[in-house]
Amino acid sequence: MTRRVGVIRFPGTNCEFDTVDAVRVLGGEAEILWHGDSSLKNVEAIVIPGGFAHGDYLRCGAIARFSPVMEAVASFAREGGPVLGICNGFQVLTEAGLLPGALQKNVGMKFLCSMQQVEFVSTQNVLGKGSAAGDRLQIPINHFEGNYVCSPEILSRLETQEQIVLRYTDNPNGSMKDIAGVCNESGNVVGMMPHPERATSALMGSSDGAALLKSFLST
Amino acid sequence: MRFEAKIEVSPRDGIANPEGSTIERALPALGFEMTHNVRVGKLIRLEVEAESVDAARLLVEDMCSRFLTNPVIEDASVEVLEI
Repeated sequence: MTRRVGVIRFPGTNCEFDTVDAVRVLGGEAEILWHGDSSLKNVEAIVIPGGFAHGDYLRCGAIARFSPVMEAVASFAREGGPVLGICNGFQVLTEAGLLPGALQKNVGMKFLCSMQQVEFVSTQNVLGKGSAAGDRLQIPINHFEGNYVCSPEILSRLETQEQIVLRYTDNPNGSMKDIAGVCNESGNVVGMMPHPERATSALMGSSDGAALLKSFLST
Repeated sequence: MRFEAKIEVSPRDGIANPEGSTIERALPALGFEMTHNVRVGKLIRLEVEAESVDAARLLVEDMCSRFLTNPVIEDASVEVLEI
């Protein structure tokens, strides 16, 4: 069981408290780490939560990548530490080069806020413990730039190396191959557009996100 | 010397451009059914100090590849003028 999760806060982050709360409800410890600090304070896992880091100016995640904490996150990821980017956190991880591809504006130019069904494609990553490929989950999305794109070469590598973590069963935003989440080659860094921290209790409409976070806490 | 750079950031060929597609679908409502291939990018203007126009261009191209564009989805064309 991972005891201590660091949840990174940039100026403009707005899902850090939901994430801390979800981790605590699931039995982990969580603390918020400021983007301007270059230390990760010996946490055992990192979540980059949703929001609008640095106002999303230029491109979502483009400026967050230069925050001092990101260098520490990159070394932590290289050493195999578990890192999860949710929504804006996913965008930050792609801009930082820790995950392949990019997220652009949704097809149809609509901000999407809805419960969405996603399906596990690969479980060979920090979110997949206890789940099987094909498992379906109800997890909400809340984004304008969630349309996953990458080059055809990267896409075929993602498929052959089992780096597609989650796909939408009913593609809401135009993502290539219905991609909702991807991981790096070793599976310790995952990014996803849906918000598992907002689906941890039946009272929230779904508790399916708990399975992903429990897996994350146990790696 | 000081130079002005105009950086045209455009969506890469082959990458879908949702903004352009949405505008393209709206234009016929105003009678512009003859419009095709709408692509939306952005224009960045900045001033830069450098020894020469070539040096200024190199600096701006470096900014583009490391920060101002995301090479996964965007291309940049740079114009540099002495001011």
